[in-house]
Amino acid sequence: MIELLAATPQTSTGEAVAFWCLAPIAVGAAVMILLSRKAVHSALWMATTMIVLAVLFIMQGGIFLGVVQVVVYTGAVMMLFLFVLMLVGVDASDSFVETLRAQRVAGILLGAGFGVLLMAAVSRATFPEAVGVGAANDAAGGHVEAIAEAIFTRYVFTFEVVSIVLITAAVGAMALTHKERLTPRRPQPEQSVDRIRSAHPTPHPSPGVYAQHNAVDTPALLPDGTASEASVPDELRRQGTVRYTELEAANRRADEDGERE
Amino acid sequence: MNPENYLYLSSILFVIGAVGVLVRRNAIVVFMCIELMLNASNLAFVSFARLNGNIDGQVVAFFVMVVAAAEVVIGLAIIVTIFRTRRSASVDDPNLLKL
Amino acid sequence: MNAAAVVHWSEGGQQVVSDATGVFGLTWLLIALPLLGAVVLLLGGRRTNSFGPLLATALVGVAFLLGLVQFLQMVGEPAADRSFAQSLFTWAPIGDFSVDVGFQLDPLSMAFVLLVTFVGGLVHVYSLGYMANDPDRRRFFGYLNLFVASMLLLVLASNYVLVYVGWEGVGLASYLLIGFWNAKAEYATAAKKAFVMNRVGDIGMSLAIMLMVTTFGTTAFSGVFSGVEQASSGVVLAMGLLLLLAATGKSAQLPLQAWLGDAMAGPTPVSALIHAATMVTAGVYLIVRSNPIFDLSDGARLAVVLVGVLTLLFGAFVGTAKDDIKKALAASTMSQIGYMILAAGLGPAGYAFAIFHLLTHGFFKAGLFLGAGSVMHGMDDEVNMRRYGGLRKAMPITFITFFVGYLAIIGIPPFAGFFSKDKIIEAALADNVWLGVAAILGAGITAFYMSRVVFMTFFGEQRWADDVHPHESPRSMTVPMVLLGIGSVVLGYVLYSGSRIVLWLEPVVGPEEEHELGIPVLAITAIIIAVTLVGVAIAYSMYLRKPVPVQAPLGTVVTRAARQDFYQDAFNESVFMRPGQYLTRFLVFFDNRVIDGFVNGSAALIGGGSARLRRWQTGFVRSYALSMLAGAVLVVGVLVLVRL
Repeated sequence: MIELLAATPQTSTGEAVAFWCLAPIAVGAAVMILLSRKAVHSALWMATTMIVLAVLFIMQGGIFLGVVQVVVYTGAVMMLFLFVLMLVGVDASDSFVETLRAQRVAGILLGAGFGVLLMAAVSRATFPEAVGVGAANDAAGGHVEAIAEAIFTRYVFTFEVVSIVLITAAVGAMALTHKERLTPRRPQPEQSVDRIRSAHPTPHPSPGVYAQHNAVDTPALLPDGTASEASVPDELRRQGTVRYTELEAANRRADEDGERE
Repeated sequence: MNPENYLYLSSILFVIGAVGVLVRRNAIVVFMCIELMLNASNLAFVSFARLNGNIDGQVVAFFVMVVAAAEVVIGLAIIVTIFRTRRSASVDDPNLLKL
Repeated sequence: MNAAAVVHWSEGGQQVVSDATGVFGLTWLLIALPLLGAVVLLLGGRRTNSFGPLLATALVGVAFLLGLVQFLQMVGEPAADRSFAQSLFTWAPIGDFSVDVGFQLDPLSMAFVLLVTFVGGLVHVYSLGYMANDPDRRRFFGYLNLFVASMLLLVLASNYVLVYVGWEGVGLASYLLIGFWNAKAEYATAAKKAFVMNRVGDIGMSLAIMLMVTTFGTTAFSGVFSGVEQASSGVVLAMGLLLLLAATGKSAQLPLQAWLGDAMAGPTPVSALIHAATMVTAGVYLIVRSNPIFDLSDGARLAVVLVGVLTLLFGAFVGTAKDDIKKALAASTMSQIGYMILAAGLGPAGYAFAIFHLLTHGFFKAGLFLGAGSVMHGMDDEVNMRRYGGLRKAMPITFITFFVGYLAIIGIPPFAGFFSKDKIIEAALADNVWLGVAAILGAGITAFYMSRVVFMTFFGEQRWADDVHPHESPRSMTVPMVLLGIGSVVLGYVLYSGSRIVLWLEPVVGPEEEHELGIPVLAITAIIIAVTLVGVAIAYSMYLRKPVPVQAPLGTVVTRAARQDFYQDAFNESVFMRPGQYLTRFLVFFDNRVIDGFVNGSAALIGGGSARLRRWQTGFVRSYALSMLAGAVLVVGVLVLVRL
């Protein structure tokens, strides 16, 4: 069927059905990217759109491109997004209150106007009869061969430039995320000595032990039922996303009130 | 069905991406919207390839993907760096360009 | 070195300018010696305090000896070969136009070299005594040397630009020396006044030089004088008038005379050297040196004559009313230079006599000033003559030298002034009867006010302040006075007999024109002497027969006006200074309101506009993205619409 699709010059009924099923999904998922309060949800809707687009590529004879779309975009780029989201804080949900005056209204109006203009341009343009890429594929002896021939002959210079861009980006990302050490690294012997001398020569307790939830953001409970601060990562405490037991949370609120008074 | 419908779909997705860049404040979501715009243009390229019966449109779309990947790498690195110093991923916070 | 050039002088004859060789090749040294002294004294600082004054005096003395050797050598040459040119280097080569640093030593400059170095040397010697107790003695001698160097440069230069350098140099030295005691605000003001009024004249000089450059393409004497006959009469007239303006500024002639009286604020030796004997005569030198220009323009000569005759009467009248001995002498200087300018304006008939009177005047006026300085020295710097009286017994040498100078200036034969002034009056009479009458009248008034000075100072009863004990000045001061006194006695006859001065200057200014007089020369001389004696007699009856009141009487309207220099300062203030002030105020107003208003207005417009535009620069990335999208919409919209 894939062969058939790739070779089809004109749209078949099957393609029409597939298009009308997929296009609303793509548009809906794209709109949901905008409307999700949580960035993680946006990322998932984004992945949806990309997969739909991959299918649309394949429907139009871009089989190689469709596969690349799934592998590179949905597989790598979107995972990178999710990775960074985890780093930045997955729970944070955005406020939808617009802070810039008229930004939202102007943005939507301009966007709509732009869309109207684009579609007007498309509707006014005269296109040739759709011929499909089948002939081009056949000339090169296959679809992937055709793309390979184009990349490594006509577009070889572009290809090299793009490679350089990619390498530069990789180096640049390393340079940007690299953090200078401000203090000299403490050697292991000193660290051991400090540790033995501290009040906690033993390892810190693991989080989630004796807790209702078993997760890193849930502190371990000490024998007296209070939470052990030492068992959760410092970063989480700093972000204020540590999950306490109900009893512990009530105790903490009471403590804070007492401090306030 | 008319193959031009792919182009209309591409336009709609592009506009949605553009509006997303304008209205969302989370830098990562803004980035996703940019990716959406790139993908929409890729769809247009693939459609043009099919309409004209040659493979070049697909090759260009391929290059766009590569460049987009590079851009994502750099963009996310910048976001991480900014987040590290400012504890925020909002594009409105780094407004030091203002006088 | 310049090749020998044949220069066509005025119709009188030819002057051959040959390369300076032998002792004449040392002409540059004449200037370099005093300049060296000035540099050493002014840059050497306190280290030169001990020997500086002596060094300065010695250097001027050496310069005088060198000049004397050159003079003797020159006398040995035939009359037509007495001009020598020396070109040191090209100062400013600008395309076809170039200015050389070159000197021209001819009989005219030779006369000045001798006058400047001799009188200058004597004044240096005199100053050794006069300034002995001044803590700033070294600076004073440095300035004096600077003056001598500049003055020599002025008279030795072979082109007008170099003359201008010397001209400004003497102006600077004059300014520095008038304001030498600048701790006194009025002295500093007097120096500034002299400087500013001199600048007015200097504008004439610089404009004349520019006119020469555009007309002749050169400022060298040879080029200008050989080209002047081809120039249009208008250009020649303009050049003459501009040079006259320069001369009036430097020589304190009407209308730029007002600074000389105040210039007496300087130390008395300065008054003697700069403001009596040498610098103020630079204007006369300039006119005589430029004789080919003035020969060709009757209009310019007429202006010179008018300036001369008006100033000689003006100065004489002012001299009658002054009680300050130095100011009386300053007025006299003004008047005597008026005689010289008058003679120079008479053309070939008078050039030689202008220089003649200049030389004799240099001697007797310097002597008179040094005498006045000696009197002040003995009277604790008192300058009011009403506080003098009967000093001839207290300071006999001063009295005798002063009296000799007095006889010379009023023109009693056989003293120096008699010969020179007599010749000028004769020439003036031959030119125009009224000029002659004015000159004779001036001689009478001169006799009156000089007699008044002598009678009030040396005769009559003593009117000294109680704590003043007059005494004779030290040897270093009296010796120069005696030498100048001897000069005042003999110089006139020496130069006059056998028409020596006329023949000497003939290569430069042409032969003397014979003038026809309706009456015999002896008769004229008799009339002049008679008028002079009348002036003396009036002074005798007013200031010797009657006691001189210590407080000046109110006097008539004319006296009061003369005491105020005929309101010259008030005139300058109301005619030039006030309107100038109003003009500058208007210009400042115009500048502030209109020009600045326009500039500031446009700046405010841009600034205000920018402040509003700045609101667009929110710093929010999303705002910028919105602008970009708007731009994209615009571009796409235009593209789509154009395709329609």
